[in-house]
Amino acid sequence: MSALLQRKPGLRAWLLLAPSFVWLMLFFIIPLGIILVYSFLERDVYGGVVWKWTLDNYRRVFDPLYFKTFLASLWIAFLTAFFSLLFGYPLAYYIATRPEKVRNALVLALMIPFWTNFLVRTYAWLTLLRTNTGLINVWLQQWGIIDRPLPLFGNTFAITLGLVYGWMPDMILPIYAALERLDRRLLEAAEDLYASRWQVFRRVIWPLSLPGVVAGTMLVFIPSLGAFVTPAILGGGKRLMIGNVITNQFLGAHDWPFGSALSVLMMAVMLVATLIYFRTGGEEGRRGGLG
Amino acid sequence: MTAPAASQPRLSHRLRHEALRVLFHIYGAAGYLFFYLPIIILVIFSFNDSRSVSQWAGFSWRWYEAMLQDRQIMLALWNSVFVAVVSTAIATVLGTLAAMALERYRRFPGRLFADITLYLPIIIPDIAMAIMLLAFFNLSGIGLHVWKVNFFGVRLAVPFSVIIGHVAFNISFVAVVVQARLAQMDRTLEEAAQDLYANPWRTFWRVTLPLMMPGVLGGALLAFTLSLDDFVITFFTSGAGFNTLPVRVFGMIRKGVTPKINAVSSLMLGFSLLLVTLALLAARGRDERNVRLF
Repeated sequence: MSALLQRKPGLRAWLLLAPSFVWLMLFFIIPLGIILVYSFLERDVYGGVVWKWTLDNYRRVFDPLYFKTFLASLWIAFLTAFFSLLFGYPLAYYIATRPEKVRNALVLALMIPFWTNFLVRTYAWLTLLRTNTGLINVWLQQWGIIDRPLPLFGNTFAITLGLVYGWMPDMILPIYAALERLDRRLLEAAEDLYASRWQVFRRVIWPLSLPGVVAGTMLVFIPSLGAFVTPAILGGGKRLMIGNVITNQFLGAHDWPFGSALSVLMMAVMLVATLIYFRTGGEEGRRGGLG
Repeated sequence: MTAPAASQPRLSHRLRHEALRVLFHIYGAAGYLFFYLPIIILVIFSFNDSRSVSQWAGFSWRWYEAMLQDRQIMLALWNSVFVAVVSTAIATVLGTLAAMALERYRRFPGRLFADITLYLPIIIPDIAMAIMLLAFFNLSGIGLHVWKVNFFGVRLAVPFSVIIGHVAFNISFVAVVVQARLAQMDRTLEEAAQDLYANPWRTFWRVTLPLMMPGVLGGALLAFTLSLDDFVITFFTSGAGFNTLPVRVFGMIRKGVTPKINAVSSLMLGFSLLLVTLALLAARGRDERNVRLF
């Protein structure tokens, strides 16, 4: 046995991998397969599945009722990624240009809210945004700035804000990592060649930070598309995302095949996004190597 | 007013530069305020002496007292800690072994498949993982049993499905953290041990494991945090009647907002801060070790 292991390193590798591999096979890959199979089955009136193959579930996904929610989720995920980038990039740049000690403290300060429970962070915004009793509306009315409460809650704005708040560190950290690695001499060289500030950014900083931007965008877009907690709390029961519809199919409506089809579609969108990410990341890696 | 014409543009240039610098500082401060203000306000109103979470009515501990007297919350707290401890222990062992395999044996048959299996749980959103597990447990009947245990004098009944689910999403995170540590490690020390006739087992216990311990601890802390924080997967896999703290908080939010939720949230916040501090200390230990050894 031991001689065999000596001769075959692959066998040793698999021996070490075996426990986690078996666990993930059983409790991840097989469940994934079940969902895939379920998405092609018919529902049973009592909440189970009937073993009859059908494409109906996928047809129903394109029913305007659900497809609108799907598009709305894509829109919210896009907005979340966009605003995280818009506000997160300058913040990452700010952190990266501080002296080292300050920089480390600032990164740590970013990690603390990040390690805080997502539900707690979402609840914090609930107490701020609620229409009649939310802190922002209450204060703005007390100070006489507004007469009527602003529509801050139960809409796309509230959900997007909650998601940006929750996931923006995922955008900032990879961009920061890319900016921190950036070779200062390149900036000096660009300045020596009379590049304007904007040109330095556009031609040197931005291209070199692009791998971080792409990674951050993925890290924000994917969980935003699959969001369940944020719309459940900040959507006020009106605005729903695809994650809530899937939840309803599994816990409420007991239409598991349809819920499965919705999640398969959601995962397919994420897979496409990930593939785009790896392609762009690869391209940028090569270009970065040249520079 | 009679400044030399030549220095005029330079002065305005410097002023603009200075203004930009100040604006940038303001932007940075505003960014951090955005991250911290909601949490700070949340904590402040956990001390509010009224039912409101937006109108201050004086300082009071009453919501913390209410929280401590709420048996369901306390039970949920113990459930959370128990699930986190058990799932972290299992995930740390499995994830560490997997990290060693992936880092030490670069190429082996089935490597790509192993990579996919190990990394996919990180990418897949928790809602997808949650329904997958729900369907699996429902179909197979595995994990539906309840683990009755006396945990520090508290009687808990924890469904195996919840622990299984937590391990499943934590293995990958542990593996990634440990793998990063292994990649930085100096292999020459292991080679030196082997040159001195230590057998592989002894080399592992005396050299490899102590060296990668900071990574293992880091991975375990991450797993513990993720387990404590998890709401979605627990919510789906627990069935009715079993609450962890996040599941309980979600249920409370649905019923209506009270400063009691703020108090529980502040407690969870305190936990997170404690864990961040521990992670920092572990990282510091890692640095010192580096200095001493290399």
